[in-house]
Amino acid sequence: MTPTGPLVFHLGASHHTAPLALREKLALPPERAAELHSRLPASGLPELVLLNTCNRVEFYGVAAGPADLAALETAFCAVTGLDPAGFAAIRAHTTGPAALRHLLAVAAGLESQLLGETEIFGQVKDAYAAAQTAGRAGPVLNRVFQKAFQAAKHVRTHTAINEGQVSVANVAVELALTIFGDLCSARILLLGAGDIGEKTAKAFQSRGAAALTVANRTPERALSLAQSLDATALPFEHFPRHLGEYDIVVGSTAAPETVVHAAAVAAALERRRARPLLFLDLALPRDIAPEVAELENVYLYNLDDLGKIAAQNLAAREAEVTRARTLIAAKADDLWRQIVARHG
Amino acid sequence: MPPLTDRTWLWLAAACYLAGAALGAVSLLRGRRGSTAAIYLMLATGYAFQTFGLYLRGVAVHGCPLGNKFELVQFTVWSAASLYLVVGPAFRLSLLGFGTALLAAVLGLVALFFPEWDAERRTHLFGGNAWIEFHAALALFSYGVFGLLALVSALYLVRHHGLKNKRVGGAFSLLPSIRDLDVIGLRLLAAGVTLLALSLGVGSVWWIREPASVNLFKLLATVGVFLAYALALGLRLRGRLVGRRQALAGTGLFLAALLSLTPVNASRHPAGPVTPPAPEGSAR
Repeated sequence: MTPTGPLVFHLGASHHTAPLALREKLALPPERAAELHSRLPASGLPELVLLNTCNRVEFYGVAAGPADLAALETAFCAVTGLDPAGFAAIRAHTTGPAALRHLLAVAAGLESQLLGETEIFGQVKDAYAAAQTAGRAGPVLNRVFQKAFQAAKHVRTHTAINEGQVSVANVAVELALTIFGDLCSARILLLGAGDIGEKTAKAFQSRGAAALTVANRTPERALSLAQSLDATALPFEHFPRHLGEYDIVVGSTAAPETVVHAAAVAAALERRRARPLLFLDLALPRDIAPEVAELENVYLYNLDDLGKIAAQNLAAREAEVTRARTLIAAKADDLWRQIVARHG
Repeated sequence: MPPLTDRTWLWLAAACYLAGAALGAVSLLRGRRGSTAAIYLMLATGYAFQTFGLYLRGVAVHGCPLGNKFELVQFTVWSAASLYLVVGPAFRLSLLGFGTALLAAVLGLVALFFPEWDAERRTHLFGGNAWIEFHAALALFSYGVFGLLALVSALYLVRHHGLKNKRVGGAFSLLPSIRDLDVIGLRLLAAGVTLLALSLGVGSVWWIREPASVNLFKLLATVGVFLAYALALGLRLRGRLVGRRQALAGTGLFLAALLSLTPVNASRHPAGPVTPPAPEGSAR
């Protein structure tokens, strides 16, 4: 379809086109964004929204003509200190219905690094709200962004693009929910102070875990992590005696051999009666003896198990991409017809 | 057009239950959470038809319709459906509606497909004794509760199997959590044991007055079922029968309870006259 309406465009770079090191240079914090806007021609870009996330810096706007787009590109390179030729190599640029399709796909999470993630939806909303506040969203972009939000919700409702978790930490939380229903009374023991364990603990806390305890072989590190997570610290050598008090045990130590043995778990189960016990072994080498899985009312998942579930969920999302893009294309083309009819 | 017979109403009820089960099965096969409201509506409609069918039968036999194996099974199904319709939504267990519809459809249809189960209809079964009638209805209602417990236990076993084998996606993701299933299972077990204890308490008064009127085999079978469930409850409360074992007990004991209905029915105390059923399609 040849665009015959206003010059609606998208211009920028994302994780699809630029490596992380370059994306760091492209970021536009508020002060640089303000400087950029001060360099732009006053009348040539009547509407402009800046979407600035860790994975993309993109402009969505309405330009009076191609020269105004070139002015935007020049101002952007000047503010970021990027060589114009270098930017040209990583630049993604579309106009008309293609630009609309891109925005709708971004809002629906189809262009995200973590396919189908929903955080981007909020980021697009924030970007639009900021443009509205600054008076840079006009009749065209108001319609475009409202429709983009509707389209993103439609895609989420009518496809499985955001079903199932795709990160190990979130898969762990989802798994805990399939066992405990909710986490409001779940007590969690974090063994070790590794990065992945910390991320998982934070994911549990974000879903309302009742209490978190950290036990680490280095007590200072346990105390420091416990403070940063608003948790309590437990001397590492004491944790086997207290196993029965916890519902979820996350192993993420750097210990060269297993630290949780079947005998200790069997003893802990005596005190737990009917309440199940979930072990998440995120350590390599493993922290939890595999025999623990054989015990009644105990569920053991290691890093491979969680990785496989994440991969299955991602594959299921990927299988939905074509359907989601078809929905997006129909919505974008319909939106473009409306824009041409009203503003063309 | 002549009015519909009790059996026709019960066929309609079974068809509604089957439709509810089919709705749930289609959703399950598509890996999606089905419409709980649609399944609930089919169950409620089936329940209304079944209630009317059993009412007609009750009027015909001059008492609670518990005179043959067909009636016993239909009443058990009705009890399970009653319980689900009243407390099921409060449990908020996904697939419980589907399971109830499936259980009701299967048991209801099996009873309808065996005409010999309904070959003899005993009238005035309780000799006008409301307490005996209450005792029998309560006992059968507790069987309905145990039927729901068996369903919840079956869901538990499937969920447990999935979790132990690292299968949590697809249809497994539609299952309730292990903890929810365990809690609901315990409540149903306690409710069933309480109802059956109450039923036996009421029945024992009659038995003490007229020991000869109660068949020993029926007494032993009923008390056996009660003791087995009570033992399961006691062990569960002491933390000795938990998780998979409790779920196995929940399903196994219900099968045993259902099987016990045959000898219990065969050894009923002498009551009113036995009448052959009216032909299908004619009003009673």
